[in-house]
Amino acid sequence: MTAAGATPDLPADLTRASAADLAAGIAGGTVSAVEVAQAHLDRIAAVDPGDRGVHAFLHVSGDLALEQAAAVDAARAAGRTAASPLAGVPLALKDIVVQQGAPATAGSRILEGWMPPYDATVTTRLLEAGVVILGKTNLDEFAMGSSTENSAYGPSRNPWDLDRIPGGSGGGSAAALAAFEAPLAIGTDTGGSIRQPAAVTGTVGAKPTYGGVSRYGVIALASSLDQVGPCARTVLDTALLHEVIAGHDPRDSTSIPEPVPSVVDAVHRGRADGVAGMRIGVVRELGGEGYQPGVLDSFRAAVAALEAAGAEIVEVSCPHFRYGLAAYYLILPSECSSNLARFDAMRYGLRVEPAAGQPVSAETVMSATRGAGFGAEVKRRIILGTYALSAGYYDAYYGSAQKVRTLIKGDFDQAFGAAGGGAGCDVLVSPASPVTAFRLGEKVDDPLAMYLNDLATIPGSLAGIPAMSVPSGLAADTGLPVGLQIMAPALGEAAMYRVASAFETLYVAEHGSTVPLSVPELVVNP
Amino acid sequence: MTDPSSTAAPALTRDDVAHLAHLARLELTDTELDLYLDQLTVILDSVAAVTEVAAADIVPTTHAVPLTNVSRADVLRPGLSRDAALAGAPAAEDGQFRVPQILGEEQ
Repeated sequence: MTAAGATPDLPADLTRASAADLAAGIAGGTVSAVEVAQAHLDRIAAVDPGDRGVHAFLHVSGDLALEQAAAVDAARAAGRTAASPLAGVPLALKDIVVQQGAPATAGSRILEGWMPPYDATVTTRLLEAGVVILGKTNLDEFAMGSSTENSAYGPSRNPWDLDRIPGGSGGGSAAALAAFEAPLAIGTDTGGSIRQPAAVTGTVGAKPTYGGVSRYGVIALASSLDQVGPCARTVLDTALLHEVIAGHDPRDSTSIPEPVPSVVDAVHRGRADGVAGMRIGVVRELGGEGYQPGVLDSFRAAVAALEAAGAEIVEVSCPHFRYGLAAYYLILPSECSSNLARFDAMRYGLRVEPAAGQPVSAETVMSATRGAGFGAEVKRRIILGTYALSAGYYDAYYGSAQKVRTLIKGDFDQAFGAAGGGAGCDVLVSPASPVTAFRLGEKVDDPLAMYLNDLATIPGSLAGIPAMSVPSGLAADTGLPVGLQIMAPALGEAAMYRVASAFETLYVAEHGSTVPLSVPELVVNP
Repeated sequence: MTDPSSTAAPALTRDDVAHLAHLARLELTDTELDLYLDQLTVILDSVAAVTEVAAADIVPTTHAVPLTNVSRADVLRPGLSRDAALAGAPAAEDGQFRVPQILGEEQ
């Protein structure tokens, strides 16, 4: 790692460099943005050929990316200062965030071939920062899933073992990072879709405070939960990307009109000062039954390392977390059944005529189109949500779920607050995913088993707090990556990043490199 | 649909699933109806746990972060052009979305 301003020694294979080092190399003239973009496009072609290999990308925007990179090089040649600390660095964009000039599918047949007519605010901010967008990454359809197996375009595969899932819904973005196809990626997290893929691919992913990043131009799943966030292979890169995309946007009414927390400073502080004097809570309910032994061992080792580094570790109890999954799988289907009503076959996307003999009306066309255009998980959740919102069941299901949300928020308030017998924790920690990457097909026929992958991430989503996953190492029982989840109070991103950075520093000191750099060499058969 | 007042979690029937799919304008095959009936029954059994702790005096949370309604200044600003708005439509004609018949013959 290099000091600010110094030109780093970049590895011969540029795809293995961090975003921070690539940006410094480009700003210092060691390498051009076009060379960096081309190296990543070559890597994508090698490991992601069509739908074989990793299959992280649904669409690669080679020409657009090289144009954006050339513009960064031209600006530098003209003597202009870099547009941001990430100018010229390539990024993989989850295909639920719209970008003009690239098709947007949200992983669904119903949007196949749709070209969005505008840019998301996140896209605009990335382009203004000089970030080079390589393409759109695979996801579970409309971000509903934990494995990318619900993508209409086939699953992505985990670079640690191509027979295993890369997590979901943002498995494409996480796989792209772990396979060195991009050093940066954008994810969205509704119940864990940034953190669980990060955990099972050994990468870093952060869900900011609800409202921290604009959702204008992000295809909606569950509006009271959806949040956009940064993903990368190092904590510093994640923080740099966080600062590029976060901040108030008048086009998103849920966007928080507050300054963005200084997360890059927090990362430097974590490196310099570690966690000495911080109070870290271990959530009793996020462990035990349902958690793989190798995951729990890695988690306990991480907590011991933080304690040895001077953090005060306390156990906290959040008794209502056990109802989190149930509440989530009522709130999410309810909101998504409403949000997905916009796919009516009239204004964009697929249109399918009803079967011969049926009358052709707006209603029958809409019904036939949605029947043909939506996949199984989306249909399940639309029906479940329609049920939970229907007269007579609303109070028992949706209403009760919203009350559970209040109780879970109360548990967090107790854990973070110091008053009234609160535990006064700076952050809370848990495993980010209860298991390491499972095999493709293993859980695809059992929706409830699939939902359990979100066990540890859902409470933070329901409470709207920031939470991230940073690799804690490899599980002894499977040899696959494990994620450490760090949760902080609303707008408390600085404490979260400080702990993540301190932990990453401790891990490198002990193991010699970060987890992503220890991934086995990827072999893709032609 | 089954009478909601009879039990806390009435069993879902195949007709219920068909009715819900109709409300959601979602055409399902017979195979899908059978599959979703089984799966939704299992899921509903599981999520019904929320009723155990949802006491009457608990205030529901709709959004995790307090929100106030936001309005912008009433100033003209460019929107999508007509061509851009129509570019993704399944069918367009004379600068408008072309849609199937909406009202019945007798209306």
